[in-house]
Amino acid sequence: MSDFALPVPAKRWRVGHLLPYLLSLPSLLVCVGIVIPFVASAIYSLQRYNLAFPTGRAFIGFGNYLSFLSDPSFWNTVEVSVIYTAATVGIELLLGLAIALLLRERTFVNNVISVVLMLPLMTAPALASLMWKLMTNPGFGVLSWAVSLIGLNNFKWASDPHTAMLTVVLVDIWVYTPFIMILLLAGLRSLPPAPFEAAQLDGVPARFVFFRVTLPMLSPFIVTACLFRLLDSIQQFDIIYAMTQGGPGDSLMVFQVRAYLEFFQYTNVGRSAALLMVLWVITYFLSDRFVRQWHKLRERRQGHA
Amino acid sequence: MSNKARDLCNARVAGRISRREFGKRIAALGIGAAAADGLLQASYTRAMAASFDWMKYKGTTVKLLLNKHPYADAMIADLDAFRTLTGMDVKYDIFPEDVYFDKVTAALSSRSSQYDAFMTGAYQTWQYGPAGWLVDMNEYLHDAEKTAPDYDFEDMLPNLRASDSWSGVPGAPLGGAGAKQWAIPWGFELYSISYNRNIFDRLKITPPENLPDLIEKATKITKDAGGPYGVGVRGSRSWATIHPGFLSGYTNYGAHDFTVADGKLKSAVDSAESKAFHELWVKMIQEAGPKNWATYTWYQVGQDLGAGASGMIYDADILGYFMNGAGNKEAGHIGYAPIAPNPEAKDPTSNIWIWSLALSNFSNAKDAAWYFIQWATSKQHDMFGARKKDLVDPVRASVWADKVFQDRISGSYPGYLETYQATAPDAKIYFTPQPLFFNVTTEWAAALQRMVAKEVAVSEGLDQLAATINRELRDAGIG
Repeated sequence: MSDFALPVPAKRWRVGHLLPYLLSLPSLLVCVGIVIPFVASAIYSLQRYNLAFPTGRAFIGFGNYLSFLSDPSFWNTVEVSVIYTAATVGIELLLGLAIALLLRERTFVNNVISVVLMLPLMTAPALASLMWKLMTNPGFGVLSWAVSLIGLNNFKWASDPHTAMLTVVLVDIWVYTPFIMILLLAGLRSLPPAPFEAAQLDGVPARFVFFRVTLPMLSPFIVTACLFRLLDSIQQFDIIYAMTQGGPGDSLMVFQVRAYLEFFQYTNVGRSAALLMVLWVITYFLSDRFVRQWHKLRERRQGHA
Repeated sequence: MSNKARDLCNARVAGRISRREFGKRIAALGIGAAAADGLLQASYTRAMAASFDWMKYKGTTVKLLLNKHPYADAMIADLDAFRTLTGMDVKYDIFPEDVYFDKVTAALSSRSSQYDAFMTGAYQTWQYGPAGWLVDMNEYLHDAEKTAPDYDFEDMLPNLRASDSWSGVPGAPLGGAGAKQWAIPWGFELYSISYNRNIFDRLKITPPENLPDLIEKATKITKDAGGPYGVGVRGSRSWATIHPGFLSGYTNYGAHDFTVADGKLKSAVDSAESKAFHELWVKMIQEAGPKNWATYTWYQVGQDLGAGASGMIYDADILGYFMNGAGNKEAGHIGYAPIAPNPEAKDPTSNIWIWSLALSNFSNAKDAAWYFIQWATSKQHDMFGARKKDLVDPVRASVWADKVFQDRISGSYPGYLETYQATAPDAKIYFTPQPLFFNVTTEWAAALQRMVAKEVAVSEGLDQLAATINRELRDAGIG
């Protein structure tokens, strides 16, 4: 019996030591699931690798990246992606902030409106895009009819390179402004009331309160909202692809659409992977900058406290 | 089935009695037309089974990847005949066309054995074949053990057989020396005019005979028809914009996509013929096309014709056929006409799209899957689809010659058969086969969009396009 009794504490000891590893195993598996395709993409991006030319596969170092430098279509992709990201995030931030300010007071009506305004966020972006495609149809679209009332009878929306960007930006704004609105509304409602009450007692003008009190106190929330939207916008695919497949011409050829076409239509694995690696660098740079900024703001806030 | 009826069906299948005689005698037995068709189909199945060991893979299941298309619907409707003939089972996944080829690329590039056979177009085989994803069907076609004696591959229209057959050498002709049969033709389409007869009658105009005439009449429709625009053609940023009416007209003007010298390709989109044609095509869309042309795919082009929103389309003949059927506002009002876009050309030069069946190199049941492909492209199934379903551009000469099929089409779709007959002789793939087909045609569609939007002049746009294509060819080592 003594032989039987001895292993019990040893077993407890083993389980106790294994538990942290077991608990972290799912996270580890997820990391592995991310790292493997990342490493594979990084390797592919250094190869001339088109599935339709299996014998031409070769290691070319930074050849794919260097060819981007002299390729006008790549620089067009950079330009289009930056314009799309800046326009969507900028406008959504302004609109989201404005709506959040309007709904700041905790009243029944404001609460109902804030819930209703979440509706577009519940719509899949690709479906929203198809809805807008119908609404902007020149034959029967309600938006085409609406703009015809102000004399724009030949407005071609996404079919015209000059207005295609405007159209997809509108769809993005419709879908994602509620996201920023709800984040900023939560931030606004969580701010301590004391500074605002003091300002009110002192008769400080509203504009001064907004720029010197509200905005600085809200900035960690603004940075967080911006970070999420920037990362999402720079990787835009579904709205644009469902609307125009990147056209007309190259007017909406953002990174993800080009990478998608390179792989799924042109079977060019090397170029597609290199495009995604460039996108990864941009995304990493943006998130790093924003996270640093967020830390700074938090430290400043804690310092003030 | 009574012995008399069975003997009668067997006699008809063996060709000992004519169709008329069969109809008369089966009616005398008190059997209705629908029942007689069923009996005859069963006799065809028995006849096929008698001449070849169709049961060799009994119990095997074949998995297919299909595109949502009336041709696929016709095949699915006849699957029980295959199951009866072979004792095999068939499972399939079916996807809409806008995501279908992504699914095929994903399945094949990952070397998945999930699907044994799948629908494809000839252009896709120019990528899939050299990539090593497809089985060369020649090894089956020339093996008497694996192919039924009555399969009669030669019965398929020669241009279709050649179109699915390529050596893999960029620029080498389709069906030329050393060509591999990457897929088997199954159903196809060619490109002609389908028009709204009511609109044409009301405006007292006749179907266009060439491109300048088309532009004139389409412009008149846009101006005078009170709502509908003149002509529907595809315009999305996709290869699918280039291959239908566009390439048919381009070829008719004597233009080519490439010149081939010393095994190297060079873009020819900047030729004088190309520029002359593009000027007209762009003008046609600007003056008489749909306002949101740049988003138009096969679906929008067809829907507008069926809904009476366009006066005509220059697209697939089968698209005009489908839009003339029940469920469309303009059902019964669609007419058909051949077109030779170049006023100096005598005949049409239609490009073609061929829905074909290909065999995955990663299949674990290749021989069984070949049995399926063999059946699906057989005379019997082709005839079934043509007579009873909407497989209305069948690939076999014997089916086109079938009186029942001809009577059915002529009766319900006047002008369709005549248009086909006028267009078919020179209908073939006019692209130069090369693996960068999708790069080239997608860039081409993007350039066309810029020209139509007046972002760039036609001549300048084509010079830029040629430079882009030539750079891609050089990067790939084929230019």
